[in-house]
Amino acid sequence: MTEPLFELRNVSKRFGAIHAIDDIDLTLGHGEVVGLMGDNGAGKSTLVRIIAGNFQPSEGEIALEGQPVRFADSADARNHGIEVVHQDLALCDNLTAADNVFLGRELKRRIGPFRVLDYRAMSRRAAELFAELQSETRPGDKVRMMSGGQRQAVAIARTRLAESKIVLMDEPTAAISVRQVAQVLDLIKRLRDSGVTVVLISHRMPDVFAVAERLVVLRRGRKVADKPISASSPEEATGLITGALETA
Amino acid sequence: MTPAPPSAVPHSRAHPFDAIQFLARYAAPLFLLLLVAIFAILEPRFLHPLNIFNVLRQVSIAGLIAIGMTFVILTAGIDLSVGSLLALAGLVGAYVAKGGLDDRFAIAAGDAAGNPVIFAVLAALAVGMAGGALQGLAITRLKVPPFVVTLGGLTAFRGAALLFSGGGPISGFTADYAWWGQGRISMVPVPVIIFVLAALVAHLVLRYTAFGKHVYATGGNARAAALNGVPIRRIVMLVYVISGFFCGLAAFLLSARLNSAEAVAGLSLELTVIASVVIGGTSLFGGVGSIFGTVVGALLIGVLTNGLVLLNVSSFIQQILIGVILVAAVALDQFAATRRLAE
Repeated sequence: MTEPLFELRNVSKRFGAIHAIDDIDLTLGHGEVVGLMGDNGAGKSTLVRIIAGNFQPSEGEIALEGQPVRFADSADARNHGIEVVHQDLALCDNLTAADNVFLGRELKRRIGPFRVLDYRAMSRRAAELFAELQSETRPGDKVRMMSGGQRQAVAIARTRLAESKIVLMDEPTAAISVRQVAQVLDLIKRLRDSGVTVVLISHRMPDVFAVAERLVVLRRGRKVADKPISASSPEEATGLITGALETA
Repeated sequence: MTPAPPSAVPHSRAHPFDAIQFLARYAAPLFLLLLVAIFAILEPRFLHPLNIFNVLRQVSIAGLIAIGMTFVILTAGIDLSVGSLLALAGLVGAYVAKGGLDDRFAIAAGDAAGNPVIFAVLAALAVGMAGGALQGLAITRLKVPPFVVTLGGLTAFRGAALLFSGGGPISGFTADYAWWGQGRISMVPVPVIIFVLAALVAHLVLRYTAFGKHVYATGGNARAAALNGVPIRRIVMLVYVISGFFCGLAAFLLSARLNSAEAVAGLSLELTVIASVVIGGTSLFGGVGSIFGTVVGALLIGVLTNGLVLLNVSSFIQQILIGVILVAAVALDQFAATRRLAE
């Protein structure tokens, strides 16, 4: 486990003349929570999409457990153990929690020549995942009826189906109530405790300082800070994000 | 009114019994039972087995198409072309059965000149599915909204049917052919048996296959479904092919029943079919609904029409009633949904 889990080396991404991100080095260790901050347009989304396989870097290389990799697309990244919780969670409100967890990866069983949905197995597995996340979400409940925190649990449970190594969470607390934010932060800690590396992309300073162990700040496509959260402060982070502080 | 889509875990509802929710969920079946009871009391002939099977046989043609329409509407689509596609598919099937247009009016009892019935069926199904595939392509590749594509289909397929037949009917089939529309298996009309079997298969597909789940997911949130690896273009494509398949099947059965295929068959049938699906609780916004609901919706319209005819109520009033029921059904759903959200 001395090898870092995931590495970006001198990665840049250009869209025409625009440098969305420029010469970024980033190392993710096993089971750590990294807070990724930056103002709008700082390059957070581009960086996340490169890690998640949506974009290929223009320059630089990616290594997973020491081996150089190139992700063809997001499904490829998913097969390598990198999952994303999208900002809007990408849930179907009309389906149950278990249906959503297994959407696109349904469990089936054979009856004669037919392959039919194995509701019992999916429900059982979903219940296990919710228990693991200590969420009171019930597999048979419709997502439409759920609170923001429960919805978040469904989206996170999805990332636990396969043996995921890295979970990228895009603004998971942007659109939910204060009480539910605490639930989501708990979920992130539990992911970390089970050995998963979490990258938390957030605008909310208190959230990042509550769960992250390391702070990475981007400004205009460049990494301007990468330090233990204990060595930083919300004031410093704000300065770094806005440019009041050059680097730290 | 909308039976809950599948879930293996019993819902441990924390809420006490809610009369409005119960009514909204089971309004259509309850209203159907009420109608049957009223007609049975007012007109004893209504419950006669011959009449019941008559109703069921009338329902089965529109009902079969409503099964396909349910798949389409569940994806938040719509298929306005079904009546026209039925006419075209019926004509092509009849053409194949007769082996050409030369003796289009010959009463061919035991006539050996034509082709076996199976070829006619396959031709009708092929035309229906091809029509559906064409529309599915326009929707998924050209990104034209389903309403517009199938409105185009409604006009174009009707035109094609008129062009193909020269405006006249193709009639007079073999007894083998006519049996599919007119025959019975121990009292039960053949189209009714086919309708019941088709409804059963469609229900199982929607409820127990990944494809069925993906149909609901596409209608619920297409973007989310796509992000999770659901092949939504393929799903959308397939539901229009399924709708076309049922148009072809219904076209064959209707021509067999009437012993004639006509270019004007199924005029404004799409309205009855969509009404059946919507009365049955399937949401036009997609993602919510069931085959059971659609069967109930189709039966409701069939029973209402038949009962009112038996009671000598004017067909104009029937139309008014069906319109009112359609709006009332959706209004009840909306009311219940608003209350649910308010909780």
